[in-house]
Amino acid sequence: MLHEILTVILLAPLVGAMIAGLFGRQIGRAGAHYSTIAGVAISAVLSFYVFWLYVFQGATEYNAALYTWMVSDGINFQIGFMIDKLSATMMLVVTFVSLMVHIYTIGYMDHDEDYSHDNPYYQRFFSYISLFTFSMLSLVMANNFLQLFFGWEAVGLVSYLLIGFYMKRESAIQANLKAFLVNRVGDFGFILGIAVVFVYFGTMDYKEFFAQLTTQKDVMIEIIPGVEWSMITVMLILLFIGAMGKSAQMPLHVWLPESMEGPTPISALIHAATMVTAGIFMVARLSPAYELSEVALSVVLITGALTAFLMGLLGLIQNDIKRVVAYSTLSQLGYMTAALGASAYAAGMFHVLTHAFFKALLFLAAGSVIIAMHHIQDIRQMGGLKKYMPITYWSMLIGSLALIGFPGFSGFFSKDSILLSLQATDRFGADFAFILLMMGVFVTAFYSFRMFFIVFHGEESEYVKTHKIKESPLVVTIPLILLAIPALLMGLPMIEPMLNGSYFAEAIVIKPENDTMMWVYNNYFHGALDMIIHSFVTLPVILALSGVALAWFMYIKQPNIPGKLKQMCPRGHYVLENAYGFDRLNEIVFVNGTRKLGQFFTRWVDVKLIDTGMVTNTFMAIAHSANGLRRTQTGYMYHYAFVMIFGLLGMLIWVLW
Amino acid sequence: MNFVIPSFAPAIPEITLLILASLILVADTFWSKRFQNATYYATQASLLVAGYLVLSSFSVEQVFTFNDSFVRDSFADVLKLFTVAITLGIFLFAREYLVQHRFMSGEFFVLGLFGVLGMFVMISANNFITMYLGLEIMSLAMYAMIALRKYDGVAVEAGMKYFVLGALATGMLLYGFSMIYGATGTITFPEMKAVIASGEADGIVLAFGVVFVVIGLAFKMGAVPFHMWMPDVYHGSPTAVTLYLGTAPKLAGFAMVYRLLYEAMPGLVGDWQQLIIIISILSMVIGSIVAIAQDNLKRMLAYSGIGHVGFLLLGVIAATDDGFSAAMFFIIVYAITGVAGFGMITALSRTGFEFDRVADFKGLNAKNPWLALMMLIVMFSMAGIPPFVGFWAKIVVIEEVVKAGFTWIAVIAVITAVISAFYYLRVVKSMYFDKSEIQGPVEIISPALHWGVSFVAILLLALGLLPGSLIDLCYLSI
Repeated sequence: MLHEILTVILLAPLVGAMIAGLFGRQIGRAGAHYSTIAGVAISAVLSFYVFWLYVFQGATEYNAALYTWMVSDGINFQIGFMIDKLSATMMLVVTFVSLMVHIYTIGYMDHDEDYSHDNPYYQRFFSYISLFTFSMLSLVMANNFLQLFFGWEAVGLVSYLLIGFYMKRESAIQANLKAFLVNRVGDFGFILGIAVVFVYFGTMDYKEFFAQLTTQKDVMIEIIPGVEWSMITVMLILLFIGAMGKSAQMPLHVWLPESMEGPTPISALIHAATMVTAGIFMVARLSPAYELSEVALSVVLITGALTAFLMGLLGLIQNDIKRVVAYSTLSQLGYMTAALGASAYAAGMFHVLTHAFFKALLFLAAGSVIIAMHHIQDIRQMGGLKKYMPITYWSMLIGSLALIGFPGFSGFFSKDSILLSLQATDRFGADFAFILLMMGVFVTAFYSFRMFFIVFHGEESEYVKTHKIKESPLVVTIPLILLAIPALLMGLPMIEPMLNGSYFAEAIVIKPENDTMMWVYNNYFHGALDMIIHSFVTLPVILALSGVALAWFMYIKQPNIPGKLKQMCPRGHYVLENAYGFDRLNEIVFVNGTRKLGQFFTRWVDVKLIDTGMVTNTFMAIAHSANGLRRTQTGYMYHYAFVMIFGLLGMLIWVLW
Repeated sequence: MNFVIPSFAPAIPEITLLILASLILVADTFWSKRFQNATYYATQASLLVAGYLVLSSFSVEQVFTFNDSFVRDSFADVLKLFTVAITLGIFLFAREYLVQHRFMSGEFFVLGLFGVLGMFVMISANNFITMYLGLEIMSLAMYAMIALRKYDGVAVEAGMKYFVLGALATGMLLYGFSMIYGATGTITFPEMKAVIASGEADGIVLAFGVVFVVIGLAFKMGAVPFHMWMPDVYHGSPTAVTLYLGTAPKLAGFAMVYRLLYEAMPGLVGDWQQLIIIISILSMVIGSIVAIAQDNLKRMLAYSGIGHVGFLLLGVIAATDDGFSAAMFFIIVYAITGVAGFGMITALSRTGFEFDRVADFKGLNAKNPWLALMMLIVMFSMAGIPPFVGFWAKIVVIEEVVKAGFTWIAVIAVITAVISAFYYLRVVKSMYFDKSEIQGPVEIISPALHWGVSFVAILLLALGLLPGSLIDLCYLSI
């Protein structure tokens, strides 16, 4: 029975996507809405059942093949399910957020200029988001690396399609190309990592892979002659490079801010709640392997911490409402990654969950503002929107408070458990990472409320005064309300089982000496309410509140300060404005370098060596010999007879020699 | 001395064919003016009768008769059936050609029928004399057919070349026969095998004999360096005759190779295998390279035929039952493909226009897309591109030669196959991508030819998709 339910969960969005995608013209706009929403709703309801079965009933892990694609050389390539608390939770998040986004999209796209009512390509949008849901589900439900990779690539593809959905805008096309290419870099590492698994473990199956870890853990490999590396470490770092691409860790983060070129619902679904968490999920899923390599975990930890702090700083100067949220996503992804690096996989996943809800909420609220502002996204043109759009205002407030970790909100529990775990670990780089994350808390609070104050409380701009601003329709506000509930409340009941490890239980494997969360649980934790009360005197909350206060002071109380600051240290502003020059670096080194390299290979290797040297010369040699040999066919009979006799003599000599 | 009446039963198809052919020969002189097509129909009917007789008495047992000079086994029966089937197709195409080119004459069919008789005898030969007899019946018929258009200088020259060089080769073959007879004291194949196995025969004399026999075989099959006649003869003959020369006799030629080398002289494999390797490689290389330089499609197909003989000999090199089975499959496929290829030229040629240059095929797709598609299938099959049957033909012989441990020969074979793809694809390119030089009307061919060409070409595809039964048949009959 479970098997059939899982199959339906996986395939229902695919069916919806196929109906909307292939028969979009026939079924029209409403048909596309209904078919895809029905598919995702079925998945969401059944996912909830599975979630209930696993998290509340404590069902045992389910691991089975759905269908075998091929068996080659004794290795099974199959589609299968591995369902435990980890994947059940992810399934629920994916389908729930996706359902909200589906509904919200109806309202959001209704006013879109690029896709007016008579544009039949509009239906593709629904097809894509359902297809995305299918891809993400196959990623999280996978029981083997092949299917993981399939889902991995499929979400990348759909994200490419959706970022470039406004295909007539050049910036959108540039952005989706960039996202695709940057993800290729990550995926290259990822597939190399899978190749290592393939070569050394001879299986694609998670379970068989885990079972062999103990025997394989001391294998050394030589990639550069004379230097030996642990095979496990190399494999894990390669896999993590894949995660860096998908989860936008530095330096592969450059695609995510630009992905905001896509329609806002997509930013909520893909670039906040689901796809970007694929990397985090993958590391948590492979926790038995990551536990074996301190080096790999340190790499994860430091990458995460750097991303969390540096990307947060960039949020300070953004003026596009979606970009502010995008940089906060980058920064939060850094927190999750850092948690993984501290062996606090559960804390990382916990933050994935809370973040999925409050970030989807923030994005959709931002989208609601954008709808009200008639698709203007610059926050300097907004201001004082509070009185026009109360629902959006309150949901944005809840999302922001959850984001900065205000005590009691969901984000507070997950972020605090990350910070506490980081304090507890003594892994290489942990102190450094802890300091970065602490500063990050302040920065997060500052930029979140900077945007919040400017948009909702600041002085009304010319645009707001001259245009009629009104609250968004119900299809938009209902998802906001539905998302606000978990963003507000879900942390409270979950913190205890998360910390003591009972929530994910056997889905996540941690070595006892690395179990920082357990240590936190034993030494600090005295119940969730106590944690809230106690927190007001701890550093993170003080930092967060002072960030809010500073934002209020600088943007409401004394709005001329930011301009002065900018004048005072132009260099700092320049650095931030150019996002530390990653784009410039990529352009100069990688883009131009690749082009130069490409030109070199075209001109010398392809044209000269292959085309002229090998192909044409071979051809010419054959053509010359053909013309030469052709002349032996003189037409004179005595020549022919001579050749025959000659052949006879040659053969006689050959045989009798 | 006792005279025992031999059992005629195994040779009934041959005897019937002889009687019918003789009757048609006589009848043709009487009716040819009034019933132009009577000879044609009578010939086709005779072939059907012969085919029926073979099929109805099909047996997997080996039967000897005429004092062990004649053998009937499943190998012989399968080859005879395919000979009949292929000849039926040849005559179908040939008739239209003869009518179009205004030399429709009964002799063509009668001679063709006698040629088939010769092939039957060769296929069933069990001693040197029968083999020689069959070969000469077939060859004499072919010499005459080539020069049938007696005012055509090129055709007469081709016939003359083939006759003189053929006589030279036959002389060598007979010389080889006589030496082996001298060394073993027998002309019957099974006895010969036993004597050679016993080691009583003189090795040097046998080796000499084998060289001459192999040369005779190489000439008849058209293998390098005894291939020089092929391009000239294929080119010089009327296309209908080329169609005949290039297909059915190959089956008989293969039977000759099988009977002589594998049934009579397996003990001398050390001697002939070396020779066959040289001949095979030379044939593949020369066949594939020189074909590139040809503008005339018939000449090109002649070189392609030389290359194919090289491939056929790969199966012979393996010198095993499976090897010969693979070679048998290969030669049957080759004969069918040949009918399709030469048949296509025959079908497209019309009065005063041979349609045998590669350039003539330019823009065929624009004029007659269906025929272009059929020609594409034929060319792809010859080049050995899956899913057409030519691919399977090549792969089975290559597989056998690899199994026999000659991987390096397989490598050469594959390289030559790649080279040869060039000129097959050039025809395809001409049809699809070049503009026709002649501003002519749509190429129209008669319905019979249209169906005939389509049938054979689609057969190549069908056999390529389902090659199993034909391959099994070949593997079971050896």
